[in-house]
Amino acid sequence: MYEKDGEKYFVMDSHTHFWDASPANWVPGAEEYAEGWINCFHAYQGLGPAETHWTIEDFQKYSPERFEKDMFEDGHVDVAVFQPTYLKEWYTTGFNTTAMDYEMAQRHPGKLIVNGRFDPRDGDVGLKQLEEDHAQYGLKGVKLYTAEWNAGSRGYKLDDAFAQPFFEKCIELGIKNVHVHKGPTIWPLDKDAFDVSDVDKVATRYQELNFIVEHVGLPRIEDFCFMATQERNVYAGLAVVVGGLMHARPRFFAKVMGELLFWVGEDKMLFGADYAIWEPKWQVEGLVDWNYPDETFSDFPAFTTESKKKILGLNAAKLYDVEVPAELQLSNGGTPAAQEDAQLVESGA
Amino acid sequence: MTDRAHVLEALGTVFDPELDEPITSLRFVTSCDVTAGGDVAVRLRLPTPQCAPNFAFLMAADARDAVRRLPGVGEVSVVLEDHYTGDEINAAVGRGEGFAGAFPGETEGELDALRELFHRKALVARQSRLCEELVAGGATPEEVTARRVADLPRDPGARRCLELREHLGIPVDDGAPAFVRPDGAPITAAELTHWLRMARLVRTSLEANGGICRSLLAVRYDIHDPEEVAAA
Repeated sequence: MYEKDGEKYFVMDSHTHFWDASPANWVPGAEEYAEGWINCFHAYQGLGPAETHWTIEDFQKYSPERFEKDMFEDGHVDVAVFQPTYLKEWYTTGFNTTAMDYEMAQRHPGKLIVNGRFDPRDGDVGLKQLEEDHAQYGLKGVKLYTAEWNAGSRGYKLDDAFAQPFFEKCIELGIKNVHVHKGPTIWPLDKDAFDVSDVDKVATRYQELNFIVEHVGLPRIEDFCFMATQERNVYAGLAVVVGGLMHARPRFFAKVMGELLFWVGEDKMLFGADYAIWEPKWQVEGLVDWNYPDETFSDFPAFTTESKKKILGLNAAKLYDVEVPAELQLSNGGTPAAQEDAQLVESGA
Repeated sequence: MTDRAHVLEALGTVFDPELDEPITSLRFVTSCDVTAGGDVAVRLRLPTPQCAPNFAFLMAADARDAVRRLPGVGEVSVVLEDHYTGDEINAAVGRGEGFAGAFPGETEGELDALRELFHRKALVARQSRLCEELVAGGATPEEVTARRVADLPRDPGARRCLELREHLGIPVDDGAPAFVRPDGAPITAAELTHWLRMARLVRTSLEANGGICRSLLAVRYDIHDPEEVAAA
């Protein structure tokens, strides 16, 4: 919980990690990729305030104690959602697996939500694994990397026929939150990798599921926004938007926030710190203090205390059925994560 | 005789296709050496080792083509540094081959469709800036959409619009409409407000991406982080 100027904010970080990218975990022969990946993440940390930068050694592997301090003691976070990133081709025990997250979550009952993953290219074996993971971890969400390499394949699309049984399985098991990361190097290489039209198709098909597009589809925010306005169950994951722009590029941050509030709406935006790339403390505090820099932004939707409460925690709490104390609910009796907002925004455009 | 200034000028005509900015102002040119005999060696760098191979290839190949067009130029070498597909890209660019030559079996063709898609986005973004200036100056939607190419300002932004139109096969004669959809149809007064809303988002997306790229480049190569700038 974060309190400022008499207002109390329930903070839910919808995107956090607990990883091991230390050299001991690099797959022999793939060291170059393993090192390149973590170095690239580390470079992103450089976009935050200087006093929050870590050494590369600290960044490669951090302790549970450090995670807890940065998240709960200093970072104001009430509940966080672990998003796994396996990358077993490069990291022997995985970069950040559900099992690693689960171990951490056991230390803090009720405060850490463990998301799973699947890769539809694994077929029946993958479906069975998803069932087992759900039985073991009680999954409410999954994280998908459509650009991940898998046995010679450099990626897939959510609307590929072989992916559909996985969404049906999610519905059957009650896994209702599908976080999608769009990334580079999807095959074939001559296409743009960040196309979100597949999200559009499955969001329409599976109304029971929520699709959270991580990093708001960066670097194709426009394609994401045009798609999201048409879908009642598509959400914007703000990881990287806050961490990568709020400090480093404040003016662009203001424009991007304005556009997201206009096209996607405050009911569909979820804060995510993307720890350990960025610590939550400065992001939470900065977002609560933030407003448009000047009157040239006057035709964007207002960023109110209610907007902040929804984005910082109440929207994600609704998607994940997390109980929020009465004193931290919206004071005007409004409902977070209201799905009809999409239509309102569209007609307003 | 080719000198370094001419080579840099030629490199200034090479755009990052995704950001619609010259690779020189993005500081993607690490070094540029010209020998007395006119041989040219250019080294390029990108914000991350994982930048998309398709765009990376286009910048390297376009840089080579731009320098080779200079009169009196000798051998030309363009090398992309510190990139996970740098070996493949450099080899193909060195042989003068296309993208399919760099990544045999991993592409369904060349990058023309990709380039065209981003030319369209860039045109939308560039036009929105010109339109907004007119609207801010008090012009009505009818007045804005009645503008012709001949009415466009003589500045780099408008010049780039016309360049993009030529790439897309949209007429650029003086009497052609100043503001068009990516298929060349004029933007109408009735749709201008809505079109501007959409166009501004496209522009913000390009600018924000450019901002992140600049920030990451500054971190990666420990260079002074430049101020926020909109696309030049």
